[in-house]
Amino acid sequence: MSAVAAFFYLFSAVAVASAFMVVVSRNPVYSVLFLILAFVNAAGLFLLMGAEFLAMILVVVYVGAVAVLFLFVVMMLDVDFSELRQGFINYLPVGAMVGIALLVEIVLVVGTWTISPDLIRAPAPGAATAAAISNTEAIGQVLYTRYIYFFQAAGLILLVAMIGAIVLTLRERPGVKRQDIGAQVARTKATAMEVRKVASGAGLEG
Amino acid sequence: MNAPFVMPALGPILPELVLAVGALVLVLIGALRGEKSYGLVNGLAFVVLALAAAALVAQPAGKVLVFGDSFSVDGFARIMKAIALLGSAVALVLSVDYLRRENLTRFEYPILIVLATLGMMMMISANDLIALYLGLELQSLAAYVIAAIHRDNVRSSEAGLKYFVLGALSSGMLLYGSSLVYGFAGTVSFPGIAAALQGQSSLGVILGLVFVSAGLAFKISAVPFHMWTPDVYEGAPTPVAAFFAAAPKVAAMAMTVRIFIVAFPGIVGDWRQIVVFISIASMALGAFAAIGQRNIKRLMAYSSIGHVGFALVGLAAGTAQGVNGVIVYMAIYVVMTLGTFAIILGMRRGDTYVETIDDLAGLSRSQPFMAYAFGAILFSLTGIPPLAGFFAKFYVFAAAIEAKLFALAVIGVVTSVVSAYYYLRIVKIMFFDEPAQSFSPLTPALKTVIAVSTIAIALFWLAPAPLVSAANAAARSLF
Repeated sequence: MSAVAAFFYLFSAVAVASAFMVVVSRNPVYSVLFLILAFVNAAGLFLLMGAEFLAMILVVVYVGAVAVLFLFVVMMLDVDFSELRQGFINYLPVGAMVGIALLVEIVLVVGTWTISPDLIRAPAPGAATAAAISNTEAIGQVLYTRYIYFFQAAGLILLVAMIGAIVLTLRERPGVKRQDIGAQVARTKATAMEVRKVASGAGLEG
Repeated sequence: MNAPFVMPALGPILPELVLAVGALVLVLIGALRGEKSYGLVNGLAFVVLALAAAALVAQPAGKVLVFGDSFSVDGFARIMKAIALLGSAVALVLSVDYLRRENLTRFEYPILIVLATLGMMMMISANDLIALYLGLELQSLAAYVIAAIHRDNVRSSEAGLKYFVLGALSSGMLLYGSSLVYGFAGTVSFPGIAAALQGQSSLGVILGLVFVSAGLAFKISAVPFHMWTPDVYEGAPTPVAAFFAAAPKVAAMAMTVRIFIVAFPGIVGDWRQIVVFISIASMALGAFAAIGQRNIKRLMAYSSIGHVGFALVGLAAGTAQGVNGVIVYMAIYVVMTLGTFAIILGMRRGDTYVETIDDLAGLSRSQPFMAYAFGAILFSLTGIPPLAGFFAKFYVFAAAIEAKLFALAVIGVVTSVVSAYYYLRIVKIMFFDEPAQSFSPLTPALKTVIAVSTIAIALFWLAPAPLVSAANAAARSLF
């Protein structure tokens, strides 16, 4: 067994096992940590396929941002997960039915899926061969040219998400003292200091 | 080493560019001028929509594909975009007075409407699965936010949350279906999918098509993915419900028509069963479930489900004539819906808005203009000649009969008769019941919208040719 195959089985086994643990572990914090483990192993699988850009993005975005956000939410919100699981048995038959239906569908689809022999004989030329150009560079070449429309559209969607988050959650709270840097900088000696003659033996309060 | 890059011609996407840049400018103005800028931003949003409409009208006829064929500008796209822009602009007109009274004058509202409209135009022009999904998400995300814009109101928040969760589920189904279609066709482009299938369907493609249809049916609120509609229409502020019922429906319907007709033309027999089922189920549910409703917004939600069913009759035909029927139907539907919601927004006593049907009792004596206009709109919604609603139904049923879908047409006519019961019941309540407390006078904006839509509905039979011939040319551009 080659080293690549060995790593493939290692990464996949750990990914599947940790995905399973995400669902079954009792402590939600452990669930999130297992989720991070699953992401890291998926990144390893991408690396084995030669998609190093996707692997790094997966680590940066999912592990670095999304999973940490999950962790914050789980730790800060007091969610009672045992209560959430109470309806589990009631919903199990319906859920199992949907799951089995989807499984059967996937099996049927995979069963009919054949690779045309023409494709195997003459593989389609990719954007560039791996030897000449790294796939980060290949993505960079098309992202702002061929796919500029999708890129900009995704940007607008993120803008809507940002506006939406502000519209729905930002509240101006009255009576909160805020730092006003302009006012602080504009203070002069005259407004900030007061010199008084204090008679000896008498306090300021007179 | 770099691939040669040709600057894409931006002329074909000028209306979309106007909306996108306009929305960004409006965000800046709003952010700099603070909460008090609602009036200014709202006015400028009209200007942006009007400029986009002008750019749309100025486009030369003919079909142009840009951005590597993922954005298609053709006759069909132009007419549907015009209807969507009209729907958004009128929904914005209807909202002004309501938002001021309910103290919801936030400058983000018109901006989100503009961005949602941009999403709709992207959906309408989408010529591949990625462009379709991005347009759909842009429109839906803005819609989720404006459904919950009355954030201190429990029902508005509930409407937004429900819409968001179910919408996310349907997007997931759409994506799953798209991935299957991509896996089996090897391309995301609609004409590419059609070429790859060569009129042969395989199990995987059918399965993908089923999931894509489920996602699309959710967006046009067709049975069995309609459950969100009554709750969202009832919970969301009334002008928001008016917006949801008009423009996004048109865009989602246009997107549905384009994906079925352009991407799967060779396997009409396979998707026709799905469309026929959805259509019959929607018409039947729209007719029967609306009977028991007391809240007029809920009633309009069920009515809109039924109307989507009728429009799908045209799509089920799968012919240019059928698509022509769908375009005419959606255009007339938008006019009727906006008129109805203008009436609902006129149901106001002082500063309180009422929305039960019994509040309309004896309207003919207190406000004859409103009562007669609503009467005309309701007769048109039923489909009674010579009002516009009759022609809308006539064209889709004619296409269905031409395509030999007799059972579908008969069921459509029967459900249309059933729906007459609850439309005419409102007429009876308005004209023959003892008067309830009368409403406050209509604002000029509402009066104008009601008058224009009623006149358009009542006099459509005098000059149906411009709309019908434009729709005909548009429908042929897809084939």
